[in-house]
Amino acid sequence: MRPFDYQRAERLEHASQLAADSETLPLAGGTNLIDLMKLQVETPQTLVDIGRLSMGEIAEEGEGLRIGALATNTATAAHPRVRADYPVLARAILAGATQQLRNKATTGGNLCQRTRCYYFTNIDQPCNKREPGSGCGAIDGVARLHGILGTSPQCIATYPGDMAVAMAALDATVEITGESGERSVPVRDFHRLPGDTPEKDNVLEPGEIITAVTLPAPVSGKHIYRKVRERSSYAFALCSVAAIVDMAEGRITRADLAFGGLAHKPWHDPRIAELLVDSEPSLALFDKAADLLLEGAQGYGENDFKIPLTRRTLTAVLCDATGVEA
Amino acid sequence: MAITINGQEHALPDDPRVTLLDLLRGDAGLTGTKKGCDHGQCGACTVLVNGMRINSCLALAVTHDGDEVTTIEGLGSPTEPGVMQSAFLAHDGFQCGYCTPGQICSATAMLEEIKAGWPSDATEDLEGAPEITGEEIRERMSGNLCRCGAYTNIVAAIREAAGEDA
Ligand SMILES: Cc1cc2nc3c(=O)[nH]c(=O)nc-3n(C[C@H](O)[C@H](O)[C@H](O)COP(=O)(O)OP(=O)(O)OC[C@H]3O[C@@H](n4cnc5c(N)ncnc54)[C@H](O)[C@@H]3O)c2cc1C
Ligand code: SF4
Ligand code: FES
Ligand code: FES
Repeated sequence: MRPFDYQRAERLEHASQLAADSETLPLAGGTNLIDLMKLQVETPQTLVDIGRLSMGEIAEEGEGLRIGALATNTATAAHPRVRADYPVLARAILAGATQQLRNKATTGGNLCQRTRCYYFTNIDQPCNKREPGSGCGAIDGVARLHGILGTSPQCIATYPGDMAVAMAALDATVEITGESGERSVPVRDFHRLPGDTPEKDNVLEPGEIITAVTLPAPVSGKHIYRKVRERSSYAFALCSVAAIVDMAEGRITRADLAFGGLAHKPWHDPRIAELLVDSEPSLALFDKAADLLLEGAQGYGENDFKIPLTRRTLTAVLCDATGVEA
Repeated sequence: MAITINGQEHALPDDPRVTLLDLLRGDAGLTGTKKGCDHGQCGACTVLVNGMRINSCLALAVTHDGDEVTTIEGLGSPTEPGVMQSAFLAHDGFQCGYCTPGQICSATAMLEEIKAGWPSDATEDLEGAPEITGEEIRERMSGNLCRCGAYTNIVAAIREAAGEDA
């Protein structure tokens, strides 16, 4: 690990002031940042420890729920309101990492966790995300975990997390504080596509700190988080589907879906709900939904399998949600 | 700045790069906690901080100012082993023993988590109280790898410790 200066933030304003410096990073649970600092992928000159700020609360907000940026993944998944009203979120969190990691991992840190691309985490390899202009090692290389949607010639990495995929399905909002004030961004717009600037994972500007994620009022329907991975526990998603699906009188009345493991961000395509809502569920309909989702999909050799895998996973989730026989 | 380890106060390091794991094994001289991967992947470094299990390799010691840490040495001694330690002995829950301190710390916290009603990926009814089943134990212990593959006996040991406790 490179030497760095350690500062503990006493107040939120203090944290964003310090973090406005481009050589400074906020530290929350540390489970991603410390790992990357050991690998010298991250080499901040200063760490501002935000861990003692009072942002850990999970509280009712109107009919919704406000999850503080420092609430641990464990606390969120075990929260009675999350288990009762937002089970897709509890399921997504519990499908990620391990209990030891979830005990430390925070809402803000989980949203900002960096890609697991093997070239990104190995400083001897070219990587446009780590070192803009150095090239993308994965595009013609080992790309099993990589993206099939919204990729660019500069970067084909995926956002690896689970929690944010459920938050995208729930249409949650990220609360952000910076030197110039507060703003909120829908989770669906928080992460970016790589384009020509893959070094930027999300829309945060220097000095901006996530303070909370707000969930809207709960909606009725079946909540499902289906994660496909290399082993049955403790692995990142090859493909995951977060779904909230409701039915009335034989027709679908709600189909809020988001996908993990496919792109540089949790993937949400509004055309899927438009297609499914008001229709009678059937395998043919689900196939059309998969056609829409995978319209522009492109594999890079090793990850070609993700295209049929995603189709099958989406179909399985929709069958489960609507009672159609697979 | 100080940290309490198994009831004893220790000074925190001047260098912020020192992980909790390196503080335990170095300055504090408690070599029971093991370093496997040093990247949060194996669980050998699992200790309890304020009762919660964490990977000490991914924690900077300075961030734990004021916290209470329990390591394998704090759970019992060779002459007076704790409940979980005895159960691992009785069931041969290890071979080389390298992963064992982490397994035992992890399992000790895990039983408390089940008691507290926290769900896991293996819990069918998210709103009900989780039970101590083989499936639950395996899922909840998935952060502790054992290269000797002593898993079957580890699960048996944890089941016994859970029974004694109940
Ligand atoms: C072995 C292993 C397996 C894992 N498996 C999974 C998995 O299956 N699914 C999954 O989803 N995750 C998985 N993870 C990742 C884990 O969930 C993340 O490491 C964790 O959520 C990060 O949270 P943290 O609080 O520790 O963040 P930190 O490591 O403290 O920070 C991560 C990043 O977020 C920034 N940051 C933190 N808080 C804020 C804030 N409030 N505002 C702005 N920026 C902030 C930091 O500057 C840093 O860049 C795994 C991790 C490991 C080590
Ligand atoms: S896919 Fe992105 S993160 Fe991976 S090597 Fe290419 S540029 Fe880097
Ligand atoms: S040494 Fe910490 S998890 Fe492997
Ligand atoms: S007993 Fe050898 S690694 Fe588990």
